[in-house]
Amino acid sequence: MQLIKDDVNINFIGNRKKAYAFSLALIVISILLLLYRGGPNLGVDFTGGTLIQVKMAKAHTPAELREALKPINLQDSIIQEFGEKDLFEYLIRVQNPDIESEGLEDKVINVLSEKFGESAEMRSFEMVGPKVGSDLRDKASLAILYSILLIAIYISGRFELKWAKSITMTVALGFVIFIASKMGASIVWLSIIVLIATIILLWVLNLKYAMGAVIALVHDVTITVGVFALTDREISLSIIAALLTIIGYSLNDTIVVFDRIRENVARFKKRDLGEVMNTSINQTLSRTILTAATTLVAVISLYVLGGAVIHDFAFAMIIGIVIGTYSSIFVASPVILAWEGKAEKKK
Amino acid sequence: MSKNLRWRGIIIAIFIVIALIYLVPSMPGGMPQWWSGVLPQDKIHLGLDLQGGIHLILEVEAEKAVENDLERAVDDIKDELRKEKIRYLDLKREGITGINVTLMREEDKGTFKDMISARYREYDIKDGGSVENGARYTLLLKQEARDEAMKLATEQARETIENRIDEYGVAEADIRLLQNHRIQIQLPGVSDPDRAKDLMKKVAELEFKLVDTENSIDEALKGNVPPGREVVYEVDRDRISGNVTRTPYLLKKRVELTGKYITDARVTLDPQDGSPYVSLSFNNQGARIFERITGENVNKQLAIVLDGNVYSAPNIDEKISGGNAVIRGRFSMDDARDLAIALRAGSLPAPVKFLEERTVGPSLGQDSINKGFLSMIVGAIAVVIFMAIYYGVSGLIADLSLLIMFVLIMAGLAAFKGTLTLPGIAGIILTIGMAVDANVLIFERIREELKLGKTPRTAIDAGFSKAIVTILDANITTLIVAIVLFQFGTGPVKGFAVTLTIGIVATMITQVFITRFIFDYLYTKLNWKRISV
Repeated sequence: MQLIKDDVNINFIGNRKKAYAFSLALIVISILLLLYRGGPNLGVDFTGGTLIQVKMAKAHTPAELREALKPINLQDSIIQEFGEKDLFEYLIRVQNPDIESEGLEDKVINVLSEKFGESAEMRSFEMVGPKVGSDLRDKASLAILYSILLIAIYISGRFELKWAKSITMTVALGFVIFIASKMGASIVWLSIIVLIATIILLWVLNLKYAMGAVIALVHDVTITVGVFALTDREISLSIIAALLTIIGYSLNDTIVVFDRIRENVARFKKRDLGEVMNTSINQTLSRTILTAATTLVAVISLYVLGGAVIHDFAFAMIIGIVIGTYSSIFVASPVILAWEGKAEKKK
Repeated sequence: MSKNLRWRGIIIAIFIVIALIYLVPSMPGGMPQWWSGVLPQDKIHLGLDLQGGIHLILEVEAEKAVENDLERAVDDIKDELRKEKIRYLDLKREGITGINVTLMREEDKGTFKDMISARYREYDIKDGGSVENGARYTLLLKQEARDEAMKLATEQARETIENRIDEYGVAEADIRLLQNHRIQIQLPGVSDPDRAKDLMKKVAELEFKLVDTENSIDEALKGNVPPGREVVYEVDRDRISGNVTRTPYLLKKRVELTGKYITDARVTLDPQDGSPYVSLSFNNQGARIFERITGENVNKQLAIVLDGNVYSAPNIDEKISGGNAVIRGRFSMDDARDLAIALRAGSLPAPVKFLEERTVGPSLGQDSINKGFLSMIVGAIAVVIFMAIYYGVSGLIADLSLLIMFVLIMAGLAAFKGTLTLPGIAGIILTIGMAVDANVLIFERIREELKLGKTPRTAIDAGFSKAIVTILDANITTLIVAIVLFQFGTGPVKGFAVTLTIGIVATMITQVFITRFIFDYLYTKLNWKRISV
């Protein structure tokens, strides 16, 4: 069976301006949304606070629950339904750092079962102190940063065989990190600074493939976070894991295309780069679509059947796979082409 | 060629058998009777989000420990000065940096300095400025000594908590030190998190102090506390009404006896009303001290101070030898038992603060396992069917490899004692989706080669060799991400990273060796002519 015909020849490269516009629009919308909401919707992992998941025997509105929690001073917490409606589960998020976490679990259960005269069950309880919250924020930023850095270095070496330049870049970045940390920047800002520095360095050092890959990755992560902001979902630790996995997956895709481009560039030395890229993308199209399809099938199964706890993670993966596949086809290669184009013009 | 084939086949078969052996303990039903000790015994380790349980991070307020050490030193030095008959005006702790001393007579300078440099080597002696008649010094605690004290406090805290948890009885408790004086505690399967937290948080500092009956307690409450005395409260919480009553006592500051001398603490029921109380046993030294205190203070009250509150202040009727004492209070059975545990295990050298807590109830844990596995099986079946339809017989071969890969992943988790968490299950589902990628790469290449007119065997060879490079590249980058996640992640995220890494390695092994082997076997040994791909 074959879904994609052998002689498929869609003009991806030709349509790249449209793709640029589309991607740019998505990125701009994402950034605007994030600015409008004052940053991503961070979970208790990063802001500190307490998150309690309770299961009641009957349905209740958040207002009812808030009223019930007044005696223990939790009426200002954020309460929402969690999971399927017939499970009667609710999330209580306590932001106030002055609330004693001592014995809080027992207090909540007692107060709720008292008020409604039904059984209340503590499904899970998470308390993150402010120190730990900022620690985890730092770790998450560093994780994303290091992944992108290591990948940039690996690709430069592997695809352009420019290990020397690769090492130069590593050293230069080390320098940047050093200076930025001396200036006392918070880790999150530091990561953003280093990321921008990386892209600049890649440009200066003419490491085109790495540049293409890194831009595609940043594109993917930004849009996924944007979709989360749009759907008002929380960014928790596991979502960061999802983002990193998306980076890995998108890169997977991108490398397959790059590999083919490299092979074809060697074979068709006379042809114009744009044409070669187009051919390469078309040749790998079958594989790209198929892999995306099977991975999506697996992840959709997780989304539908996996339960409420892993729900947001599965959602992130679905968005990431779709956008990641899109960026491997429409973003990574055109970026390189645009560059080559500039280099050509200079000649 | 066929020898090569046979060797590869044997190695793969051995590999699979070993993997299955590692999986036996995790099978429902457990290990059979004859499963001897040489063979692997460990089930796959489940994360707390699947087992249910508590994950806690405590911070030891190590600076308090340094304060305590300094206070003790102050008491010690006072005793020493008295022995040497050196008069002092002032002898006080200064924060956590040191001790300020003001001597009354210049002549004592030399003796004092000698004493300090001989017996208190962890302090530097600094001149504290001149005084009319006498000398002022500041004893500064050396940096190494302070660091050492804080490190020691953290280690002692860890040990004490471990002892308490041992007594409480939690199977597979995991307690370890982290940076910055933090302790990580994981208690699987605990259903009463508040009680466990209380137990760990209790400083359990037990002190015996004499009640001051000479001075007026009312005067003291107004603010006129005589030197060497302090006001300490007895706090009673009525079990039913929740009302709290505070009764003040005027105590001598001097600590007569501490919990360090306790060898045993047991819960006993009062024969008259059945209420529980805690009976203590002292070691020899403690028994002697107790005998002396009670002997010297008959008809006075001895306050038992626990964590800064008076638990009770019984009258000393007579000298008590034999080293046994009793703590009565309004305990519940649980309270008494936990107090006994805390006293037996020893007091915490410094208070601890809860920095992070994640508790998952057992029902949610079970739910997560069920849902996780269900989605994994459904996802896997969907992928398997798809592969068979799209790639025909070759697809079925790919499916067989997928099955072997799954076995390898689970065996890898069991063998390397990795923890399976809910994100980890998600990771396995992802790996199933991505493992297919390697197959697709290979099959698409084979299709291309076939189109170029090559024979099935040649096409297979070419397909594999060309695809391998790409497969390795792509997997290495995902491996980089997994390693970064492992470095920076905690708890369930770390479990995800481990599962992902094992998954990637399993994928590579399966695709590079096993799928290749199956194809070679079919098309070389069994001499299949046509290829359905």
